[in-house]
Amino acid sequence: MRGRITPRRIVIEGKGTVKQDVSQDTRDRAGAAGAASDVVLPSLGFFGTLRWAWTQLTSMRTALFLLLLLAVAAVPGSLFPQRPANPAVVTQYLQDNPDTGPVLDWFQLFDVYSSVWFSAIYLLLFVSLIGCVVPRAIAHFRAVRSKPPRTPRRLSRLPVYGTLEVPADRAREAGLTPSSAAEQAAVLLKKRGYRVDVRDAGTDRPSVGAERGLAKELGNLVFHTSLIGVLVSVAVGGLFGYNGQKVVVEGDSFVNTLIGYDSFSPGSNFSDDRLEPYSLRLDSFDVRFDREQESHYGQPLDFTAELTTQDGPGRDEEQQVLKVNEPLSIGGTNVYLVGNGYAPVVTVRDGEGNVASQGPVVSVPSDGLYTSLIVIKAPDARPEQLGFVGFFLPTAFVDEDGVSFSRDPDPFNPQLNLNSYYGDLGLDDGTPENVYVLDTENLTELNSRNNDAGGIVLGVGQTYDLPEGKGSITFDGLKRYVALDIHHDPGEVGALVFSTLALLGLTASLFIGRRRLWVRTGEHPDGRIMLEYGLLARGEDHRLAAEGQAVGKLLADHWLVASGTTGDHREQEAASSAAGSGQSHHNAKDN
Amino acid sequence: MPVPVNAELGQASELFMLLASIAYMVALVFFVLDLVKSSTTISTLETRLARADAPARTLAGVGARGTGSTSAATVPATADDSMDYGAGPRRGRARIAVALTVLAALIHGTAVVTRGVAAHRVPWGNMYEFCTTGAFLVAVIFLVTLTRKDLRFVGSFVVGLVVIMLCAATVGFPTPVANLIPALQSYWLVVHVSIAVASSAMFTITFAMSVLQLLQTSREAKLLAGKADTAKFLRLVPSALSLENLSYRLNAIAFVGWTFTLMAGAIWAEQAWGRYWGWDTKEVWTFVIWTVYAGYLHARATRGWTGTRAAWLSIVGYLCIVFNFTIVNIYFSGLHSYAG
Repeated sequence: MRGRITPRRIVIEGKGTVKQDVSQDTRDRAGAAGAASDVVLPSLGFFGTLRWAWTQLTSMRTALFLLLLLAVAAVPGSLFPQRPANPAVVTQYLQDNPDTGPVLDWFQLFDVYSSVWFSAIYLLLFVSLIGCVVPRAIAHFRAVRSKPPRTPRRLSRLPVYGTLEVPADRAREAGLTPSSAAEQAAVLLKKRGYRVDVRDAGTDRPSVGAERGLAKELGNLVFHTSLIGVLVSVAVGGLFGYNGQKVVVEGDSFVNTLIGYDSFSPGSNFSDDRLEPYSLRLDSFDVRFDREQESHYGQPLDFTAELTTQDGPGRDEEQQVLKVNEPLSIGGTNVYLVGNGYAPVVTVRDGEGNVASQGPVVSVPSDGLYTSLIVIKAPDARPEQLGFVGFFLPTAFVDEDGVSFSRDPDPFNPQLNLNSYYGDLGLDDGTPENVYVLDTENLTELNSRNNDAGGIVLGVGQTYDLPEGKGSITFDGLKRYVALDIHHDPGEVGALVFSTLALLGLTASLFIGRRRLWVRTGEHPDGRIMLEYGLLARGEDHRLAAEGQAVGKLLADHWLVASGTTGDHREQEAASSAAGSGQSHHNAKDN
Repeated sequence: MPVPVNAELGQASELFMLLASIAYMVALVFFVLDLVKSSTTISTLETRLARADAPARTLAGVGARGTGSTSAATVPATADDSMDYGAGPRRGRARIAVALTVLAALIHGTAVVTRGVAAHRVPWGNMYEFCTTGAFLVAVIFLVTLTRKDLRFVGSFVVGLVVIMLCAATVGFPTPVANLIPALQSYWLVVHVSIAVASSAMFTITFAMSVLQLLQTSREAKLLAGKADTAKFLRLVPSALSLENLSYRLNAIAFVGWTFTLMAGAIWAEQAWGRYWGWDTKEVWTFVIWTVYAGYLHARATRGWTGTRAAWLSIVGYLCIVFNFTIVNIYFSGLHSYAG
């Protein structure tokens, strides 16, 4: 076989990434808008103006502008405190900045993501997106149903081009005609994943039109459509979802009803019959701190809440474990462990010797060592109501200045440091009061570091008698509590499904090459069967040249089976371009 | 239950990290020397060529100019646009630089792995580890790309950034090896953070290429206008268009990675904090970065926005990443405050 059959010429004029056709999609999208804005038009009339505005809005340039604008508009939300996340910080900010605060507020800079301007940008972007996706989807649907585009007159003008010839004797042996060559090429290309169409069969110059990578555009459409799906899912969650917070002390229970929550934010379409009345009880809460390492001594390692749950009244009880990162799914909601702290058990007796308040009081940790703020209110105390405010220290320690502080997050030496007050706590008029704040304005100080009586310092089991016979306070014991977030978001699954689709679509649209390929055949008067083929990419495609080489090899291998044209194409390319356009014989060397 | 960390191994890891930094430094020196040396070589070559070429050109007239009698002055870039290895003078210094980078990356890899072994977990749980593991990925991705394309021209920039990242880790966020706090104890840490670091590493490389692209564009414009070549080292760099095309390919991969980061982060946020999206500062900036790079991808298909403007978007995107990693992590309060 050696030397008998020689592929005379395989010229691949690859140009790497094909730039001139990149703007194809641009033309699809922005072409009309570009043309419209370039010329001075006469009066458009109302509908004309609308149409003009629509074309502008759906142009790629506008989409790009809106995208960048959206990026810029999102930034202030990270610079200023936001109401949905931190309402208290916003209130504080407004108090601290009485001049600039209201101005910023007027511009909705504390509610950036629900502000008019932010919403306007993303809604316009999505309208623009729909305006772009719908026509493209229609065009794509047509493209999928129609045959590959007609064969260009001059294939040699395409960015990747190659030729091939089957010697006359070989063609005669195989009974090859231009038409059968085209048919065979079509079969080969089909196997390679192209959809093919043979045209002009039976004529002198039959050709094959082939196309592959339609999934690229499909992926693009799926990606953009899925973004709309994500937006809709978010909206569904906002409409029908709800979330609430509840602090549960060891031994206490929570029932999923409106009054069961400490705070509750319903979605706009919420109604309270959506709450399933499940209940959960905190049996115990275990915390482990790092005791091994000096550098991270006392850093938390593990939080575990043991719960007993019940799907509804009268249902079976179940033991469950709740941890950070491992939410509990119950009654259509997810329950999250978002915080924890200490709840000292305190008994307050009033001036008449009766128990005015008894039970665990939730303290709010202010640092990693659980130095916690605590407020105790005893509105039932007689003759005067009593109030206490101060610190709970898990491991109390006194420094050289006499200031108490906590040295460890674990309760090695639990201690209460309190000031006490008597008078009207202001709870009787029904105004909602923050349980973690004691308004001392209408109260008279009993104990404080600054008065003669001094502050109250209590260890576990100790009792302190208040001055002037106002009563007493006892530190009975210590419990832990957990702060739970309870969420119900019906849009969550949709958001996950659509964002996954978006990711798949994006991957397809970026990495699939959409290519068109044509093969034209003909017969030389001396009996040789001549083939030429050209490739064109739609969109960016840096592998077009490689594909051209692969297709060239595929065709060559098919007809020139034993020719062994597996040499280095780059070498051949160099050699053949050196030899100019004429017939080159260099392949004889390769064989 | 977390196993106690191995502090000695942690210290060994820090020593490896130091050694790796030194190796990178030396590699950086050689990359820079290569730029200088190659630039001089080409200059000498050009002068000689120009002298030999001058009479011929006078005779041939203007018509001969475009046809490939490559008189160096008319060719803006001498580097091969396909960025394949092949012809061209041997660049000994560049070879040493690459070899040193490989060595440094090996030491660096050892440091990253020992850190993970010492802590019994993936080595990306705090700022120090994000930086060191991220820098390692930058080096690895660069070296992997080098096996396919001759990107040595960008070496001094990339290795320079790796050195900066390692310095930032050791000077800015030194953290002894430790266990994870409960909020980070999730397999999503492995998925979310690793992809985020890998994508950022890729964006780092495209950032370097986009900067070069801008420099090259202005140089090409200058040369076309017939002005003197003031940035001769850029002759080692391919044309602005080739740079743009290659950085687009890398950016496309990194963008998919970033999209995945965003999604995995949302899933993790749903598990840890009870909502998949809450406009936490970190989420805001991840979204901003995503949007900027989405803008970049769209710009590549918009007339008038390819080339320089797209390169600027790529640079702005990277600056956002740096901002997100440094300023947002350290100064902005938010749920992602894991600087410790």
